[in-house]
Amino acid sequence: MSDKVLAWALRACGIVSGAVVLLIMFFLMQESLPALQRLGLARFFTDASWHPAADASQGRFNITAMVSGTLLTTAGAVLLAAPLGVVSAVFSHYYAPPRVARVHRRLIELLAGIPSVVYGFWGLVSLVPLLNALHPPGQSLLAGIVVLAIMILPTVALLSDAALANVPRSYLDGAAALGLTRWRTVWGVALPAARSGLFTGVLLATARAVGETMAVLMVCGNVVRLPGSVFDPVRTLTANIALEMAYAMGDHRSALFVSGLTLMGLVVLLVAAAGVFSRERVYA
Amino acid sequence: MLDATAQAGLVGPGALPRGRSLDAFVTTAVWLGAGLIVAVFFWIVGDVFVHGVGGLSWSFLIDSPTHAGRGGGIGPIIVSTGLILTVCMAVSVPLGVGAGAWLAEFCPSTSLLGASVRRSLDMLAGVPSIVFGLFGNAFFCVYLGMGFSILSGGLTLACMVLPILIRSVEQGFGSVPGEHRRSAAALGMTRARTLAHVLLPAATPGLMAGLVLGIGRAMAETAALIFTSGYVDRMPQSLADSGRAMSVHIYDLSMNVAGGEPNAYTTALVLVASLLVINGATSAIGQRWLCGRSRG
Repeated sequence: MSDKVLAWALRACGIVSGAVVLLIMFFLMQESLPALQRLGLARFFTDASWHPAADASQGRFNITAMVSGTLLTTAGAVLLAAPLGVVSAVFSHYYAPPRVARVHRRLIELLAGIPSVVYGFWGLVSLVPLLNALHPPGQSLLAGIVVLAIMILPTVALLSDAALANVPRSYLDGAAALGLTRWRTVWGVALPAARSGLFTGVLLATARAVGETMAVLMVCGNVVRLPGSVFDPVRTLTANIALEMAYAMGDHRSALFVSGLTLMGLVVLLVAAAGVFSRERVYA
Repeated sequence: MLDATAQAGLVGPGALPRGRSLDAFVTTAVWLGAGLIVAVFFWIVGDVFVHGVGGLSWSFLIDSPTHAGRGGGIGPIIVSTGLILTVCMAVSVPLGVGAGAWLAEFCPSTSLLGASVRRSLDMLAGVPSIVFGLFGNAFFCVYLGMGFSILSGGLTLACMVLPILIRSVEQGFGSVPGEHRRSAAALGMTRARTLAHVLLPAATPGLMAGLVLGIGRAMAETAALIFTSGYVDRMPQSLADSGRAMSVHIYDLSMNVAGGEPNAYTTALVLVASLLVINGATSAIGQRWLCGRSRG
C-alpha cells in the first residue's frame, strides 16, 4: 500500500468520524422542524398541559414540567455528588495510606463502569421501597436525585483526583515548610490550586446528569406535574422521550425530537464550558 | 465553619489548639465521606449479587425467556447483545483506529481540518445516550430503512463509542517515542510500513484501553438501544432482526413485567460480571502481548 493511499484512507476515517456529530444535528433538526413550524417555540411553554397528539392543532404541548424535572434532579444530584466526589479525591490523595488509596480509586472506577440501568434497577427495588416507607409514593424527585448523585459521583471523583494529582509538588512542600496542618494544606493550598480541574469535573458531571435517562426513568415516577416537594414524582425530558417515543406519531414525534435537540444543545454547552476550564480535552 | 484567621492560614499561638481540633474533625469527616461511598458501592453490588446469584445456572444462560421473561433464561438475549456489540466494534474499531492514527501521526498540529474534527469529536462525546437513540431511530431505522434491527442498534452504538476509541488510540500513538519514527525513517521504511510494523504494535496498550472502554460503554447502554434494536426477545435469525440487549431486558423486566424482578436481578448480575471479566481479561491480554513483543 502506498503512502498516499494510506494517508487518504486515514484522512477519510477522520473526516467520517468528525462528520457523525453533524449528521446527528442534521437529523435532529430535520425531525424537529415540523413541530417548530406548526407549534412555534412559545407553545412549548404556554400551552395548558402536556397532552400531545399527532396533529399540532389537537394536542397540548407544554414541556415546562419536564424541563423543571430535568433541572431539579440535576441540581439536586450535583449538589450531593460534587462535595462528596471532591472529598473522595481529597481522601485518596491526602488522607488515605497509599494502599487504601489504590483500592479506593479502583472501587470508584468500578462504580463508573456499572451500567445506568443497573443503578436504576437498584434504585427501584432497594431505594424506592425505603423512601416509600418514609413518605409514599417512593418513586419521587428525591429517589431520582439520590440515584443520579451516585451515578455521577465517579465522574466528579475521578476528574477531581486527576486535578489534585496535577497540583505542583512544590506547593505542598511549601505548605509543609510553613507548618500548615493537613486540612489547612488541603483547604488553603491544594483545592485552590486545583480549582479549574475541580470545576471541570463538576461541569462534566452536570452534563452527564442532564443527559441521563434510564436511572431517572426507573425511579422518578414519571408524572407530568410540577413537584410540590422532594417526595413528589417528576418526569424529566429524557424520560419523556424514552416513554413516548415508542408510539409517538407526526407532530408528537417531532416534539420529542425538539426536546432531544434542547438536551443536546444544553449538554454541548456544558461540555464546551468544561473545555474552556481545562486545557486537556475532556470526556464525560 | 472556618473563621477569617484560620482561612488565611494565620495560626497564632492561641489558635493552635483550635486548628488541631478542626483538623481532627475534618479528618474524621473525610474518612466518613469515603466510607459512605464505599458502603454505597457494596450496597449496590452486594444487592445485585445476593439477589441474582440464586437464579444463576447454566440453563439460565442458554434457555429462551418464557412468560415475558418471568421464567426461562436469557439465551437469545445474550446472543443479541453479542451481535450488537460485534456490529458496533466491527464498524467503530477500524474507523476509530484510522481516525486516531490520522489525528496523531498524519495531521499537522496546525491543520484546521484536524482541529475541527477534534472539536466535533468532543461534542460527540457529550451527546446524551437518549439523543443517540433518537438519531439512530431517525437515521438508521427510518431513513436507511433498516427498521428495528441489531444492525441499527450496533451502528448507533458505533457512533457513540467513536470518541472514546479515537481518544485512546491517539493517546496510544502519542506515547510512542519519537525515536521509533526517526529510526524507521532512517531505515528507509515507508510511512505505511512504519505505521503497520512500528507504531501500531507500540500503540497497542492505548488501543486495548480504548477497546475495553468502548465495549464497556456499549454493553452498559440502554437508552440508545430501545428505539433502534428494539425489544424482541426471540433468538435473532439475522442482523436484520430485532434483538433485545441485556440492559434493555433488565429495564423491561423491572418496569413492564410484574414479577420479573428475580430474573432482572440475575440478568443484572450477568451483565455486571461480564463487564468486569472483559475489563480484566483485555488488560491482561494487552500486557502479555506487549511483553511478548518486547522480548521477541
